[in-house]
Amino acid sequence: MKKTALNRMHHEMGGRMVEFAGFEMPVQFEGINVEHETVRTKLGVFDVSHMGEFWVEGPQAFDLVQKVSTNDVAALHDGKVQYSCFPNGNGGIVDDFLCYRFKEDNYLLVVNASNIEKDWKHINEQNTTGAKMTNASDDISQLAIQGPLALKAMQKLTDEPVEDMEHYTFKVIEFAGLKDVIFSTTGYTGSGGCEIYMKNEDAEKIYKAVLEAGEEFGIKPIGLGARDTLRLEAGFCLYGNDIDDTTSPIAAGLGWITKFVEGNDFIDRPLFEKQKAEGVRRRLKGFVMQERAVPRRHYDICDSSGHYIGEVTSGTMSPMLKKGIGLAYLDKHYWKEGSEIYIKVRNKLVKAVVTRPPFYKG
Amino acid sequence: MNIPENLHYTEEHEWIKVDGEEVVVGITDFAQKELGDIVFVEVETIDETLAVGEAFGTIEAVKTVSDLFMPVGGTVLELNEKLEDNPELINKDPYGDGWIIRVKMTDNAELDNLLDNKAYASKIEA
Repeated sequence: MKKTALNRMHHEMGGRMVEFAGFEMPVQFEGINVEHETVRTKLGVFDVSHMGEFWVEGPQAFDLVQKVSTNDVAALHDGKVQYSCFPNGNGGIVDDFLCYRFKEDNYLLVVNASNIEKDWKHINEQNTTGAKMTNASDDISQLAIQGPLALKAMQKLTDEPVEDMEHYTFKVIEFAGLKDVIFSTTGYTGSGGCEIYMKNEDAEKIYKAVLEAGEEFGIKPIGLGARDTLRLEAGFCLYGNDIDDTTSPIAAGLGWITKFVEGNDFIDRPLFEKQKAEGVRRRLKGFVMQERAVPRRHYDICDSSGHYIGEVTSGTMSPMLKKGIGLAYLDKHYWKEGSEIYIKVRNKLVKAVVTRPPFYKG
Repeated sequence: MNIPENLHYTEEHEWIKVDGEEVVVGITDFAQKELGDIVFVEVETIDETLAVGEAFGTIEAVKTVSDLFMPVGGTVLELNEKLEDNPELINKDPYGDGWIIRVKMTDNAELDNLLDNKAYASKIEA
């Protein structure tokens, strides 16, 4: 099993370690609910060093990224980040990722840990014009500091102004006394904050500095368990659950990152344009349970008379709402907000209502 | 790990407290730690008479769902009502306020098949 540069610290801090995407990662420290609430009300720090990072550089870089990405890379400027996905050539999704533009000919793509090898192979196969590609996944550590107090606390560690940075932008700064840290106002929780990228050898020093700077604000280390409940409450897709090689971005509600603009000739564009024009059979929708029950992945969804209309792709008990919430691919008739659907929980049909995420607005 | 002396235990990490013909059933400290935050307990077998080993309900943690099994045969008399709004009592006080059901035993001799605190301790250490 692979270990991040912070593995020893997680053990020391009492993290419960599990295997995730080939890495030994903390699933929780104190408990998922208390960690979740800490991020919603204060701030928390996550080790997300398992994520993958690819550099794409050179005169061919733009064309390559534009081809493999559904979003419009031309809309980026230096210091801007964009959420996007890689179409797989068959109308499915290879992965979702963040695209950072450093310069017109220099991009950083941040991908899911579980897909690093698959993505690397895919982009290399598409790289027919010789853009320079580097897989830096094993050399870069990443921390997410998330929560309403995150930027205020992190401002203590740098002279560069970061507190008022626009959402989805980044800077390369000196941070906690260390140079060349990428400071990005992105995240996967819906509570604001930042994600920072650093060399592995700087990770422990920066992690300690972050915990120290956040102490007066009530910072806690957060595990992958709360990362999942936070992202689901915010209505964000998880690759492998809500999107995969068989789901299209149009069906997944990712039309907003699928840009049919002039000059954006990405893989599968004609197919997705057709889907957008003609419609799809099922779409990813959010729902909230109306009775006490916890929806889980793969639970069937029925109409009031028990006919199958879809399947849960992600589900949990919302720590903030104290209600079951989830995402599901549903038949067309049930897309409207407020539609009543029934989740099959242990052979019992439990009522839920289609609800547009985010389920919780912090 | 907290394993009180005065209780009986099962291999499924339940504890049983004997109170005359009745028993109180909960899950052990080890079990609540393994499950993590408990978010829901469902027991729909009140007044039913079940055999040892039959499922009387389910317990849902954030990450997992598990069946709850009868440690002895008997009639399910009562569910701890406090768990409806505060399932986290099982995490906070597994042997006290976090008890789950009260059962009227069919056959008191079944208690002999349960583990004592030492046998349970050696089971979870194994």
